[in-house]
This record gives sequence, C-alpha cells and structure tokens, in this order.
Amino acid sequence: MAITDDVLVIGGGIAACTAALSAAETGARVRLLAHKKSTLRQASGLVDVLGYAGGDGPLSDPYAGLDALPEGHPYHVVGEDGVRAGLRIFDEAVGDAYRGGHTDSNALVMTHGGAVKPTARYPESVAPGLASTSGDMLLVGFAGLTDFDAPVAADHLTAAGVPFSPRGVTVEFPKRFRADAKVTRFAKALDRDEDVDGGTVRSALADTVAEELDGESRVGFPAMLGDDHDEEVRAELSDRLGVPVFEVPTGPPSLLGLKLEDMLFDALDEAGVRISAGNPAVDFEAEDGRVETVVVDQKSRPTPYSADQVVLATGGLVGKGLDSDRESVTEPVFGCHVPHPEDRYDWSEPEAFGDHAFARFGVVPDDELRPTGEDGEPHFENLRAAGGVVGGADVAREKSASGVSLATGAVAGRLAGEEATR
Amino acid sequence: MKKSPSVLVIGGGSTGTGIARDLAMRGLDVTLVEKGNLTHGTTGRMHGLLHSGGRYAVSDQPSAKECIEENRVLRRIAGHCVEMTGGLFVQRPEDSDEYFEKKLEGCRECGIPAEVLSAEEAREIEPYLAKDIKRAIKVPDGAVDPFRLCVANAASAVEHGARIETHSEVTDVLVEDGEVVGVEVTHQTGTGPYVHGEPGEVEEIRADYVVNATGAWAGQIGDLAGVDVEVRPSKGVMTIMNTRQVDTVVNRCRPKGDADIIVPHETTCILGTTDEEVEDPEDYPEEGWEVDLMIETLSELVPMLAEARTIRSFWGVRPLYEPPGTGTEDPTDITREFFLLDHDDRDDLPGMTSIVGGKLTTYRMMAEQISDHVCEKLDVEAECRTADVPLPGSEDFTVLRDYMDDFGLRSPIGRRSAQRLGSRADEVLNSVDPNPVVCECEAVTRAEIQDSLDTAGTELNSVRIQTRASMGNCQGAICCHRMANELAPEYDEETIRASLDDLYQERWKGERHAMWGTQLSQTALKHMLHAATMNRDEDPAAADADIDFAAFDDGGASEGDASGVASGGAVADGGRERTDRADDDALGGADGDN
Repeated sequence: MAITDDVLVIGGGIAACTAALSAAETGARVRLLAHKKSTLRQASGLVDVLGYAGGDGPLSDPYAGLDALPEGHPYHVVGEDGVRAGLRIFDEAVGDAYRGGHTDSNALVMTHGGAVKPTARYPESVAPGLASTSGDMLLVGFAGLTDFDAPVAADHLTAAGVPFSPRGVTVEFPKRFRADAKVTRFAKALDRDEDVDGGTVRSALADTVAEELDGESRVGFPAMLGDDHDEEVRAELSDRLGVPVFEVPTGPPSLLGLKLEDMLFDALDEAGVRISAGNPAVDFEAEDGRVETVVVDQKSRPTPYSADQVVLATGGLVGKGLDSDRESVTEPVFGCHVPHPEDRYDWSEPEAFGDHAFARFGVVPDDELRPTGEDGEPHFENLRAAGGVVGGADVAREKSASGVSLATGAVAGRLAGEEATR
Repeated sequence: MKKSPSVLVIGGGSTGTGIARDLAMRGLDVTLVEKGNLTHGTTGRMHGLLHSGGRYAVSDQPSAKECIEENRVLRRIAGHCVEMTGGLFVQRPEDSDEYFEKKLEGCRECGIPAEVLSAEEAREIEPYLAKDIKRAIKVPDGAVDPFRLCVANAASAVEHGARIETHSEVTDVLVEDGEVVGVEVTHQTGTGPYVHGEPGEVEEIRADYVVNATGAWAGQIGDLAGVDVEVRPSKGVMTIMNTRQVDTVVNRCRPKGDADIIVPHETTCILGTTDEEVEDPEDYPEEGWEVDLMIETLSELVPMLAEARTIRSFWGVRPLYEPPGTGTEDPTDITREFFLLDHDDRDDLPGMTSIVGGKLTTYRMMAEQISDHVCEKLDVEAECRTADVPLPGSEDFTVLRDYMDDFGLRSPIGRRSAQRLGSRADEVLNSVDPNPVVCECEAVTRAEIQDSLDTAGTELNSVRIQTRASMGNCQGAICCHRMANELAPEYDEETIRASLDDLYQERWKGERHAMWGTQLSQTALKHMLHAATMNRDEDPAAADADIDFAAFDDGGASEGDASGVASGGAVADGGRERTDRADDDALGGADGDN
C-alpha cells in the first residue's frame, strides 16, 4: 500500500520547504520527500529577490525590476503577488532571525570577496554590517582562513564608494587548528568557548580585536561566530568590544546557509509537514494524465508515495534536479521537457560571466506552474514545479535565487494545496 | 676579468629553459625571454607522457632510442617531476597481430624493456581495461609534469646567473651588418615578474648569440630575422578526466591514429589526441567533435570512460618540422626528430640558430646539442652537466616523511605537497605559519602559493602551473579568489581583482569543453558562487556608475534599530534542535555532487 498524502513535495531546499509550508496553510496534509542535504550549505544564507534586471542595477526596489525581466521568467508567472507571498511565508518561518522585512527596499550587503550586493533579507547577525548603513567598520580576518581577507575586502568596499570608512586587519585566531580546518572548527571553538592560554577563545579573541579597534563603530568577522550558540558568541564579543559585531556571509561550507536550512525544517515540523528524508525519488506512476504515485528508492527497495497533488522542487543543475549528457538536458524524475540549444557549445558563452543558456535551463511552466511538454500542454494535470528546476531565470546574475524559489514555492504549494483540499 | 659570452634564448618552454640551464651551467651569460608564462606554448599543452620510446618503436626508431635514453636521465635528474607509472600497449581483437609483433620487436631493437602480457595479466594491472582486449606489451612509460619540469629548469638557470623574463615578447630581431646581434623585447608590464596594471616597456637586448627555441612559433621569429623556418604546427586535443581511471599509461597498439593514449597525470587522466595541421599556432578551431572522438574511441580500451566525467579539454600545437622539399602530406607522418637550423649555414645570417621539432621527453638532449653548437660558435669550452646534476627539487629526497611532525600537515596534504616540491619541501612548507590549505582539490597550501609568487608576480596562471592550485575537479570554483587573496598585502586590491578575473576566465576557457553531466553541475555551482554569492559579475567597485547607497535598506536605522544586536533574545532558534555539524570534512564544498 502506498503512503498517501494530499500534497507531495519532492526536494529539500528553499523552494521545497516553501511549497510545503504554503500547501500546509491551505489545510492540506503535506509530505516532503527530501533526498539528501540541500544546496543551502553552499549558499550564503542571504535571500536575494531581484538585484539586476534589464541592464539596470543594483536595484534598490526589487519590484521595480520585475517588468524588465525577459519573457519566460518565472516571476512573470507568479507576479508581484507571488513574490510577496513567498517572502511572507519566509518571514513567518524564520521570525526575527532574519531582517529586511520592514521595507520593500533591497539592502546592500558585503560579500566575503568584498563586493557588495543587493539582497532582500539577511540574517540578524549580518544586519549590523550592511554596506547601506553608515558607521565606520573594522573587518577582522584570520590568518588560518583563506576565504576572507579582511584588508582586501575593506579596500574593495572603499572602491565601491561605501558611505563609511572600512578597515581590515588579519589576526591569529586564539586557538590553532590543522591546516585544512574549516570554518566549522572555528565556530565550534567559539560555541564551546574552549580554553586557551590566558583565558578562553571568546575573551582572547575580543582582547586581540580590541587592540586593533580604532574608533570604528562596528566590527565584522567572516560567518564563523558560533553555530549552536551563535547569539551568545556575538553578544559576548559585542559586549567586550563595546560595538556591534556582525558576520560577513561566506561560500561553502556556509554556516548561515546551514542555519537557514535548520530553521526551514523547524518551520515544517511546526506546520505539521511530514518529512521523509534520505532517499531519492526515482520513478512515478501516472494514470489519465495524473501522477498517481512517486516511487522512492529506499535502499534499493522501491517505495511508492501517492498524493493528490505533487510539487517538483528538486533543484536545478547544482541540486541535480536537472541532468545532462553530451547531447541533451533532462529532468530525471518525470522526464519533463527541458528546452536547450542542440549544440552543447551553445549552452555556455565564451565569457565567464556571459549570458549563459545553461543558467536558464529548466522546465517550462504554464500559468499554474505546471511543467509543459514541447506542445505547451502540461505533462500532468497535478504536477507543479518550483525553484531551480524551473527554467527561464539566470538567478545568479539577476541576484534572484532565493526569491525565485520562495515565489514559485509559495504559488505552486498554494495551488497544490487548494486543489487537494477542494 | 673577461666577460662571459652572452646568449639570448627565445622561448620559455622545455627546450628554451633547458638550453638556458645548460648554457648557464657552462658559465655563459644567459637571458631567456618568453612572450607568456613559462610553458605558455606547447610545453604547457601536452599530455604529460614520459615516453619510453615505445610509441616510436616501429615508425621512428631514432626517436625511440633517444626517448628511452632520456627517460632514464629524467628519472635521475627530475625525480620530483616524474611518476613512473609504467605503460601498456593494448591490442584489441580487431588490431593487427603483425603490428603487435613489430611493436615488440621494435622495442627490443631500441633497447626498450618490453614484456608481453596476457589479457588477464594486463587487467590485473588495469582492472578497467575492456573485457575483450587481446593482450598487451608492458613498457617503462611514465608521466611527467611539464610545468614543474620547466619551472625547475628555469630556477636552475637563475641559480647559475641567468635572467628570465616572462611576458616579454620579441618584437624584432636586431640584424646589423648581416648578423643577428640581439632582439627587441616588449615587456608587457615592465621587466621582472608580471604585475597587473604596470605599464609595459620596450628593451633592446644585445647578445653574442641568439637561440630561437620557440617551437611552433619559430617561423614567426624567423620572419622577424628575415629567414624562413618551415614549421608545420599541428594541433592536438587533450581531454582531462576527473580522476585516474587508469594508473598506467594506456596506449592503443595499432599504427598511428587519433585518440590512442591515456596518461595518468597527478589526480587526473589525460586522453589524447588528434593531429591536424593548422596555419596559425595561436588561432585555430577547438571543436567539440575532437572531444567526442577522445571519449568514444578511448572507451574502446577503457569502457568506463564513456560515462566518466571530464573536467576540461585543451589543445596544443606540435612544432613539427621537416626539411624543405620533403613534402609529407599527413602531419602524423612527419618525423618527431628535432632539427638544429644554423642560419649562418642555411641563410648566410650568422648569430642565430633555430631549434625545431622534437618532443618533451628529449628536451634535455636537444638542449645539450644546441648548447654544444652555441659553445662551438662562441669558442667556449665547457662540458654539459645537465644529465648528471639534479634539478632543484630533485636532489636526494625521500617522500617517506612524517608530514604531521615535519610540516604540521595531515598526510594526504603533506604527501601531495612533498611530491610536488621534492627536496624543496622543508624549505617551502615551513616558510609560513599558519599554513592553511588554499586549494582543496589539489591540496595546495599557502606556503606553496607564496613560494610560487616570487616568480609569478600577479600572474595567477603562473601560480597555477607551478602548484596545480585551481587545476582540480572544481576548476577554481572554491579557490580562485583565495589564490588572489594571497597577493595581499604586496599588491593592492584593484590589482588583485584584475588577476582574479584573468585566472577565472582562463579556467572557463577549458571548462567549456566539459560542460555536461556532473561537470555542468559543477559549473553551475561555480556560476552561483561567483555571480550570486560574490556578485563578481556586477561588482559595483568595477562599475562606472556610483551607487546611491541612501536609496537602499539601512537596516531600519531610521527607525532606531540599526544594531541588530541588542534585540537578540527571542529569535526563532529558541527551541530548535540543530544537527551536530561534527564532521568538518563532510562539509567540504569543492564539488557539485551535493
């Protein structure tokens, strides 16, 4: 007997979580089928909605750029209401852990390379470091962490013309780790406040930084200020330094991305969404143009899950929701149509940051976010798509990655929920 | 004191650096100029095979004999550049027995140790060989790192007083009274290492003798001097796999043909190659069908290659030469021998010799012969010592080290670092503290990057070829910007940004030939990290227009809540259970598999 739900969401990232939360709001019984760790561990933890469109940007108002997006962009399907619905669900899910919801405007946040970028929501720990806020800034990097060079990042901010004076210093972390230690090891030392010569990690770090502080009104570190006890770590450093302390989002492994994933899964629990994690969806059964069951490979044992409505949120190329070989690009679970140039050399451009076709690969949604075939008709009456698996957006260059996931997730989830509970 | 005669060497490939080393060791005053990085031409664009000579044992026995001789020399003097993998010539059922026998016989005639293996025996060495192979011949092929070899030759030349100028293009050959007396060089960014943003300059370098060791570009230098050098550049593709599907060099045992060799190289395998004559060594088509041909043909030998992941492809041009009038049609038939063209004898233009043809395995022998020739011309009596004196890094060293005790590095990192650095491991790895890993795929630490910067200036592609940083599976997605950060504080932020952009673009060029399947997934991740996470594509610091910062969210400062710190307490993580991120390594991001 198949496990039966109203709505089945396949995927484990922002889009899948949002779709599940959105469906649950309609009163539907929802299940999330997550394969493995989502790509959030590789994401900065910032929630970009739209920063660049039609040659303009950085946009202070993400909504102002919607019309300029190219035809076929998923934002055109969900509209401004869809974008707002996605953000509402996000804001409710993460509560005060994220900021930016007080305004429609984008903030400018510094990245670990030092370039600033427009984003709509940012972790609370990032908030004091906004580049669109005044207040001289001291950035602190560590000799043992190569991803963030504080003096270079500070000079990079200056080159962008920020309205304050940034300065960077490189210090030694109070505790030494092996050569390939990652930020997680640094975070753990701060979480536990491990003992070091003459005190503990937090106090020793504060002492080191205090010596460098020269009138700056805020101090930034790469995002490694604790994991389980991050607020305590930040509060203590801030208290000892006498100025707000903030984090600069980083690349993988991204603690901010991982924390966001935790928050979203907590919200799913709270909303009563059932979660089946650890196994991939590999096949399906359909009847009369409807998906009846999704088959999950449970340690080589095919296990059917049936539902009235299904949301496909398996991710794009990075998340393996799309697959490819030398000839073609495919959506591996349902075999949905993924348009692409015939010659694989047309999938990318010679310029590294060119207008790459691969960046926009994905299924083609109808106005209800149902993936369509070459004929423009939906593959299945009850299958919708959300997030990276949906084509039409170069979310990296637009700075719209999380926004597209939130908006399509919110709309696909709501429609699925409404259908299922009708 | 009598001044040493001066020699100017054009070309920073294996031949040029080999000549510079040889002549400098003989006490001559040597200057080497190279238009790009060292290895910029063909040396940096080959499959890294250290020939046993087996490949030429039937068609070109003089070359085969030179190969086995130099194979032994390089193992001695360049141990840290060589990996003796061994090689197999594999016969498939459709390949001729007669050729197999001729190959075996040829190897024996040339003094190449050769042993016939049954299919089972061959598969014991290489388990992924096709089930239906017939048999194989085992020979002492190996892998050589052409970058490290070239850099070590240059370093040795410098130790012996030579001057090496990279990014310095010869823009004229100075001829006075019917004799070559030097060259005009245009330094891209001034003399010394390349530094982004530094203005270029033109320099006249006079010398008692000029050696044209520019390989496929020899005709162009010849043109500047007004002589014809009939090089026939021939392109070949090399496709790099993500891992070592084979640990032995695998050759197809049949007469000449495309796509007939797999060379294990560091963490990868390189599939090669094609052989097609081109007009211009710097401007020729790089085509997808060539990549497809590598995968399809070589999967006849190693079937798993059909579904395996390639991380990039690149093309090189062979500097083939044949004496005027030979008229060979097919470039695969042109001899692999090298030729020394004395322009005095040939063109009545004294003062310059060109060296063309040849191959990397015999670079030292070529260098020795031309150095002998130059010494004879300059009336210098000095012995060649390059066959006996190890290269820097290849002096007595053992890779059996306690990496943690010696360098504070876990063994996978320490082992790979020590293999690359050879006898320089202690000097380099203990030079900075702390010494974090910069490139995770290739296990390159800060110390190695910093060491390479002495000669690289801000040219991160030079850092790359010296250290292998950014050459692994992620193709720099995770480490490009980290490498650039290592340029601080010596160079300013704008320079660092420019050098990062260069490296990123260079990686992109080769990756485009591997963009499908898992590697396309990896590419998409790279695009996300560099465009979405770092906003490098729209970097406001690089944009012309000023940003109106005041138009953006100020964090609610106007509402009196700028800090974001004070209000902490009630956040959503109140009761949340986090998974324990105990395992650092499980979080490594250098791959798109997750």
